[in-house]
Amino acid sequence: MSTRLPSGGRLVDRAAPLKFTFNGRKLKGFMGDTLASALLANNQLLVGRSFKYHRPRGIVACGPEEPNALLTVGDGDRAVPNQRATMVDLVDGLAARSQNHWPSLEHDLGAAADAASKLLPAGFYYKTFIQPRPAWKHLFEPAIRRAAGLGKAPMARDPETYEHFHAHADVLVVGGGVAGLAAARVAAEAGMRVVVLEQSSWWGGRAVVDEDSVEDVDPADWVEREIGVLSSLDNVRLLAGTAGIGVYDHGYVVACQRRPEGVRPSLRLWRIRARKTILASGAIERPLCFDGNDTPGVLLASAARDYMHGYGVSPGDRVVVLTNNDDGYRTAAAVVEAGLSVPAVLDVRPAADGPQCGRVREAGIRVEFGKGIASAKGGSRVSRVAVCSFAGEGTVLEELACEAVAVSGGWSPAVHLWSHSGGKLRWDERQAMYRPVSDRPPIDSDGKPSVHAAGAANGECSVDRVLQDARAAAGEALADLGFKAKRRIKRCSGPDPACDVLPAWLVPQGMRRRARSRAWVDFQNDVKVSDIQLAVQEGYRSVEHLKRYTTLGMATDQGKLSNINGLGVLASHLGVSMGDVGTTTFRPPYVPVTFGAIAGEARGPLFMPTRKTPMDGWHAQHGAYWEPVGRWRRPYCYLRSGEEVAAAVNRETLRVRTSVGILDASTLGKIAVKGPDAGKLLDMIYTNRISVLGAGRCRYGLMCNENGFLMDDGVVARIDDQTFLCHTTTGGAALVHAWLEEWLQGEWWDWKVHVADLTEQFSQIGVAGPDARKVLEKLLGGGVGADELPFMAWKRAEWRGLEIRVFRISFSGEISFEIAVPSSHGQELWDELMACGEEFGIEPYGTEALHVLRAEKGFIMIGEETDGTVTPQDLGLDWAIAKGKADYMGKRAQERPHLSSALRWRLVGLERMEGEAPLPSGSHAVSTERSEHGHPRMIGRVTSSYYSPNLKRPIALGLVERGPERMGEVLEFLVEGGTAKARIVSPVFFDPEGSRLNA
Amino acid sequence: MPESVETDGAARVSEPEAFGMLLIKANLASAPLAAAVERIFGVGVPGRCEAEGDRECAVAWMAPDELLALVPAGRAREALAELQSALEGEHALCADVSAMRACFEIQGEGVRDVLAKGTPADVSPCAFGPGGFRRTRIGQLAAAIWMLDDRSARIFCLRSEAAHLREWLGEAVANLEAGEAFFRS
Repeated sequence: MSTRLPSGGRLVDRAAPLKFTFNGRKLKGFMGDTLASALLANNQLLVGRSFKYHRPRGIVACGPEEPNALLTVGDGDRAVPNQRATMVDLVDGLAARSQNHWPSLEHDLGAAADAASKLLPAGFYYKTFIQPRPAWKHLFEPAIRRAAGLGKAPMARDPETYEHFHAHADVLVVGGGVAGLAAARVAAEAGMRVVVLEQSSWWGGRAVVDEDSVEDVDPADWVEREIGVLSSLDNVRLLAGTAGIGVYDHGYVVACQRRPEGVRPSLRLWRIRARKTILASGAIERPLCFDGNDTPGVLLASAARDYMHGYGVSPGDRVVVLTNNDDGYRTAAAVVEAGLSVPAVLDVRPAADGPQCGRVREAGIRVEFGKGIASAKGGSRVSRVAVCSFAGEGTVLEELACEAVAVSGGWSPAVHLWSHSGGKLRWDERQAMYRPVSDRPPIDSDGKPSVHAAGAANGECSVDRVLQDARAAAGEALADLGFKAKRRIKRCSGPDPACDVLPAWLVPQGMRRRARSRAWVDFQNDVKVSDIQLAVQEGYRSVEHLKRYTTLGMATDQGKLSNINGLGVLASHLGVSMGDVGTTTFRPPYVPVTFGAIAGEARGPLFMPTRKTPMDGWHAQHGAYWEPVGRWRRPYCYLRSGEEVAAAVNRETLRVRTSVGILDASTLGKIAVKGPDAGKLLDMIYTNRISVLGAGRCRYGLMCNENGFLMDDGVVARIDDQTFLCHTTTGGAALVHAWLEEWLQGEWWDWKVHVADLTEQFSQIGVAGPDARKVLEKLLGGGVGADELPFMAWKRAEWRGLEIRVFRISFSGEISFEIAVPSSHGQELWDELMACGEEFGIEPYGTEALHVLRAEKGFIMIGEETDGTVTPQDLGLDWAIAKGKADYMGKRAQERPHLSSALRWRLVGLERMEGEAPLPSGSHAVSTERSEHGHPRMIGRVTSSYYSPNLKRPIALGLVERGPERMGEVLEFLVEGGTAKARIVSPVFFDPEGSRLNA
Repeated sequence: MPESVETDGAARVSEPEAFGMLLIKANLASAPLAAAVERIFGVGVPGRCEAEGDRECAVAWMAPDELLALVPAGRAREALAELQSALEGEHALCADVSAMRACFEIQGEGVRDVLAKGTPADVSPCAFGPGGFRRTRIGQLAAAIWMLDDRSARIFCLRSEAAHLREWLGEAVANLEAGEAFFRS
């Protein structure tokens, strides 16, 4: 039984009992418990079923490396799946549930998979479910995913909120153990801005549990003293419960913080920019691989100490220790100190004489050298272990009854963050660990180290050397920053107290075949020694391939306990050294992070900014049916009560042709270009000649990129001698502004031109239709007659004491004006225009009516007729290209053979031969000829397609090979369920003479 | 200041009454510009990432060739005319952009904590003191931040995105807990 000891537990407050539930069962814990320690205190050893074989699994670790105790914490829509019980602070009323079993944790039908495990080796899915192909997606994968699962995400909307927080530090310390605190102190006393992250809710790391003294002081007192000093300093911030999860280039470090109970949001994602990072993330103890090593009750030796020391929780009355290094002895001593018994310490090494061993032997504890565990027995809870010789094949020498097995397979420095942005590792043969190579660190833009590893994370073992290493790391970081470490770095003398460890990838080393298929390497993904051996037999050599074939280290714990053991098994089977095998790539996040924390506040109404014009509220009140255009929302049409979308579009389109419509055109880009060289710039940017435009005149211009393809279009107005106003498409405004700046800053830096994006300064309102002029006359009291304001001209006017601009331009083929007014008065102008137009039946129209109107006139639309591969010439816009100009953007490219080929697809109108429905936009025309590969040859496509209520028939624009030369030809288009015929006609369907425009 | 929202936390958000904003693109090192700025706005040309002046009237550094003048609402038109005549013959672009941006003010102990939730810029007192002016982002929005003093800052964003910033600030301020501050004043 695991239980609460009568005393002890430095982290728990026995005067503050808490209630919680596990699978509905009411349990008790204390303030300061983790969910894991509280479960153990209640003898709840069994916490889940394994991923693939549904084996019963218990708590193995005490920290973030825990592979088994993944629980769903919380109820209903607040339930969070896959929480590591070791990292969940117990709070009153907490509800936890186990995962991956049916019908219950104790009786799981999925455990049949365990009995059939011989049939489920590595690569089983790939080998078995390969045929028939469609069955994988529709049958096998869903079934397998249901059987092999983790917790379920709640279906309801997450009521929790999340946030990000940006911080900047001169020195960021990851890890609040002895090394981290020592380094932080050095940096803090040099005046640096220091931020210290600690993933646990408490400070001090392992030293508090394992060491007798730190700098001749009791470790707990040392930690309290250092925390006291650091928290009193204004330049230091201590963040407990905060795990560093990723290290990126340029000193960018991301961390996730579990905030104290009651503080909202409960999770905060820290985005930290650090000039130097000191990685003091400690080390993680490895388990050992033996038959039945996943039986609940088998746990890490360090975790056994932590539960006793930190929480006053016993893992069991009789604890057998299995170790390959001196650290296992610490657990034996701690067990006895807690008043419990150690049937034996099984040390796989032939002999050991470290101080820890001596202490244990002096206490009279039985120590067996050269021995290991042949198997752990007991099913859902360990009851005894069979002892064997490590050197042999597993012949049982004796059996020891026990309730827990504490295992130490040596330590692996937590080098994940070191490796995220390129730090290199080497295999230290003597200490059996991958450790950072100090002269191959992650480097910054200046070539200097951006991360310094310190302490156990750097492969140091004794507390003296850890301290020395931490201060040295801080000193190096400070030196790079141009500061000197004031705090003295005490030199350690004497021999290097390296960890005395015997690598033991299998116990016993000659493990029999049957035992290999019952010895787990990766608990969370159910990878066994036999799986790795099978992969090797099947020819897998690369560690990256092995990982993906066996899924070793691919679970949510990312192989924190399993990777090195897996590499060891691989290396020994390949007969190469660990250093030659190498590691898999370490990638963020170091520990799992919820999507909520990553999304931060970008959820619900803040998911994505929506740009709204000043008239947005009016549109909403008047039935706007919205369409996203770039980041803006614009009315697609205005729905009247009970009206269908298509009917609304037809009504609005007809209104513009018959009387007058009003359009919110505020989203169109408006870029001011000013300077002595402004004309020169625009002559280069546009295909036509802009510089010769007279003040007060407008011109439709086309903008190509350097590859000759059309990128944007719009009307340019000349404001005065040196100033132009360039209108762009809604989605193109920011792009065109950046494009102009790029050329001005990068290539034509000596041209005297200033550019400013004034899009949002002005609301722009279009008034179009036969009665448009009458509306404007009412608004302005005249001055907009055909002679006073001819087509493609603009003028200033005064309205309510404001200077406004009236442009006579048209995208509909009707008499049309656009009026620009400061955005603060947009709604006011809109209201007055509606009032002025009332007697003419003015109606607002949306983007779809705008599109129908322009298509009836054969006007192209960027993004419909263009897709980044279309030239102005393709669209019959040769008239808008100034032939005589020496140069313009795209000119040279347009002369290349492919772009000037006679076979290019060019703009035509398309008239459907039968039916009322428009041709589906995007359909392709096929030729009766076959391509060289025997396929039908594509010879064109529909780019825009609408029902024209004015013509009472569908109309379409398209690009067709040699299109304009083939007027009258009938093409066959591929449409859903067959083909459709359409005749090639002129793209101008309505008023080809343009008489309405010039009325 | 209308529409101010009091909260229990350590900061509150308000929306200053409309004021005038003038865009100036010019050679910031030129003597005529310095003279015009001094005469019209009563301040010097601000240094990089700084603003000169106060809530009433100020000039902010926007880019190596761009300033933003902030003037009382009634003065924008006249100040623009003065600027244009003062810079006659200079290579400069001046425009009234009073309607282009929205402005919010955050006040209270927690002002820097609110800012740090949204901007990747360093807003600690040593890097961004009173008079600091930065173009950056807040959450997903392009924004400019003006540190008025250690307890107040103004944020500017495009007019079309004001509703989003209002919502964002509301959430950031509501989540500000006393005693949880990262920045200490």
